[in-house]
Amino acid sequence: MATVSTTDQLQGRGRLLDRIGDKLLYGLTAAASLLAVATIILIAWKIFRSAHLSFSQFGISFLWGTTWDVNKAIFGALPALFGTAVTCTIAMVIAAPLGLAIALFLSEIAPRSVQVVIGSLVETLAAVPSVVLGLWGILVLGPFVADHGVRWLDRWLGFIPLFKTSEGQNGASSLFVAGLILAIMVVPIVASICRELFVSVPTELEEAALALGATRWEMVRGVTLSSSKAGIGAALILGLGRALGEAIAVAQVIGAGYVIKGSLFNTGDTLASRIVAQYQGWSTKLQLASLFYLAAILLVIGLFTNLMAQVIVRRFNVYGRAR
Amino acid sequence: MAAVEPTITLRGDGHTRRRKIANRLAEAMATLAAVLAVAVLAVVVLAVAKRGASELSWTFLTSDLPVPFTPGGGIAPLIVGSAILVGIATLIALPLGVCIAVFLEEFASGWLRPPVQLAVDLMTGLPSVIIGVFIFSLLVYGHAQSAVAGSIGLAIVMLPLITRSTQEVLRLVPSAQREGAYALGASRWRTVVGIILPSSLGGILTGTVLAIARAAGETAPLLFATGIFGSALGFNPFHALPNMPVQIFIWSESGDPEDQKRAWATALVLLVFVLIASLAGRIALLASRRKLGR
Repeated sequence: MATVSTTDQLQGRGRLLDRIGDKLLYGLTAAASLLAVATIILIAWKIFRSAHLSFSQFGISFLWGTTWDVNKAIFGALPALFGTAVTCTIAMVIAAPLGLAIALFLSEIAPRSVQVVIGSLVETLAAVPSVVLGLWGILVLGPFVADHGVRWLDRWLGFIPLFKTSEGQNGASSLFVAGLILAIMVVPIVASICRELFVSVPTELEEAALALGATRWEMVRGVTLSSSKAGIGAALILGLGRALGEAIAVAQVIGAGYVIKGSLFNTGDTLASRIVAQYQGWSTKLQLASLFYLAAILLVIGLFTNLMAQVIVRRFNVYGRAR
Repeated sequence: MAAVEPTITLRGDGHTRRRKIANRLAEAMATLAAVLAVAVLAVVVLAVAKRGASELSWTFLTSDLPVPFTPGGGIAPLIVGSAILVGIATLIALPLGVCIAVFLEEFASGWLRPPVQLAVDLMTGLPSVIIGVFIFSLLVYGHAQSAVAGSIGLAIVMLPLITRSTQEVLRLVPSAQREGAYALGASRWRTVVGIILPSSLGGILTGTVLAIARAAGETAPLLFATGIFGSALGFNPFHALPNMPVQIFIWSESGDPEDQKRAWATALVLLVFVLIASLAGRIALLASRRKLGR
């Protein structure tokens, strides 16, 4: 009979408390999760709404408008799109091979102790605030590039428009320097994601390749790299997303020139840096709405790249293999 | 039939040598890349340390902001303002982030999980300037700048980081603990609050420290929300507060060499804080992973 009374007790007050507690905790955590979903939706809605005035004025042709004239009330995004494309290309051309090489060094070559130290240092590079990196870019890297790199390139490769310095430009504030700074930000992202990928490649496969007489490099090329292709793609896209959206450091080093010129050593502007550079001095509502239009373009590109990386990760179960 | 003559020599021929050279070359390049990344980090940190240290002094750390175009002044309001901004952001992001992680790992069923997880993932990749203009249009435009608005922006930066790291530690909690609690008749909320969260507390705190390190250096969300401020020490979060990232940004664009010196010194203070926080977080992360047998 003792057991029955215990059951009675279990169904008493404690049980009720537990039922309420369960519901409460579920409600609380569900509400927080809902808030996260709502925030993302609200961000998109708010930015598109704030861009409305500019959208109704210029429509889709805003994308290929080349002027940004507050007095004439004409705004266009093409120079910013151009600047974003150029700086991101420079960043990815530098950062993709570097990041991959670092990941290979960490996962295949370095002994364990070196791996931990160098790995932490590379991730520390990602922790450097972008405004500090931009400060270094504008006061140290820019002048250095102008004094040593640009003059030399202009003299020897100046016949290629890409490397020609224009009148009144010395290259200290330029698309090129912005690309370098972005590369510094992208390298740790690519390196740390790819390192996890490479570590998760089954050891049996790698050892099989070595046993067949492959050199380490042949093993990396034939097994490690080729079996993590999808993941590498996702890592590069995530790195690109970082480069696309960086505003502060780029605004510091790019020199705010709203033009489309063939040379890498010209000043320029990206979507993100234009928003930062213009917002403080905005004078008309249309100008503000146009800045939000730029933000909306950036948001669409940003969400798209992010989703693409997510799809690759899910589809190929990039991390599933690691766990 | 004569005995089979060995036609393949075991000595390396040109082909083998080429393969070996390619291998050496690839290894050297990979090592070089790692050295280069570390060198860049060293160059940046040393540049900030060298230029910042000469300006840094006790007076500089404890005085009000300089009046424009005069020498002297300090950055006490910036340090206090940054602390308040990041503090409020942490108060917002930590409970929300932990709740979302608990929902995703312990409660969410079937169709509820993917949209929430997607929202968190998208939030991770959101450019911070987008968060900045969002806060501007939601809370600042038509009202006034305030530190709270800036903190909410920073909280949006921190939230997915805290959620992510909490999710990871929740997954590491041995299922035996969970099942043990259920087997003893503990209800769900008692299991979560009494067993699961305490045993993953270390990991959650580590993730929070890393998120703080990240938020302390974020400039874009603050530029739009608390970018115009006075030079005196302020504590009221409903006004715009001076803060380190925005002031470094403003000084770095200034042509005045005095301002540039101040920018370096402020950058040094910020960098030291961020690097210590992120290194501490990372070391704790490695230690806890090793303990939990990952």
